[in-house]
Amino acid sequence: MADNKPRVKVPKKAAKGEVIAIKTLISHPMESGQRKDKAGNLVPRQIINKFTCEFNGQVVFTCDMDPAVSANPYLEFNVRVDEPGTFKFTWVDDDGSIYEAVNSIAVE
Amino acid sequence: LAFLPRLALAAAQSTDEAIMAFTKGATPTEGTVSLDTPEIAENGNTVPVGVSVDSPMTADNYVESVLILADGNPNPAVATFHFTALSGVAEAKTRIRLAKTQNVIAVARMNDGSVFIDRKEVKVTIGGCGG
Repeated sequence: MADNKPRVKVPKKAAKGEVIAIKTLISHPMESGQRKDKAGNLVPRQIINKFTCEFNGQVVFTCDMDPAVSANPYLEFNVRVDEPGTFKFTWVDDDGSIYEAVNSIAVE
Repeated sequence: LAFLPRLALAAAQSTDEAIMAFTKGATPTEGTVSLDTPEIAENGNTVPVGVSVDSPMTADNYVESVLILADGNPNPAVATFHFTALSGVAEAKTRIRLAKTQNVIAVARMNDGSVFIDRKEVKVTIGGCGG
């Protein structure tokens, strides 16, 4: 699905050792597998089941998601930044698709 | 109507089972972890939930994971956050679905294996499941 657009908010720069807040949102229906269509058939589950945030190749935060996470899953979390570098965000869909976003941060 | 309490009991049991599986059998103590939820959620489809854990978040003393459960949903599991010493502070926010008025539960597991729990009731006006 090409419409799963990730949106990420990361500060452009931070002081060394500062704890920054990161906000992420991705467009996704998060079909729970509980819902029925008009004909009364269960709509099969299809959700994003895992989110990972890496900083310079090191995993700093991950989240396992179940169908109770709302559509267009939103996540806000913190990371301590000790050096400049690149954040890589990965979302894994039930169907195996992977959605990615990359953001860099400067340290002054 | 007679079978309804049994259904509720079954859901409660699976919530307890989920907690026990997460804590590896340890009984969590109250405190240290705190949930931030609205008292009343008008729309159960998207309820903001925040969790924070009181921890120095250093290499030898940090929060490993926080499990979020909703005991009145068809499936109580909601999400699990995994923190690292690089998280700086153990806080996370997301938005969740609640089928009806129920308790939201957060269980935190530290790197030394100690476990903590917090519960908040959220009143739901319009359920967030089915349709």
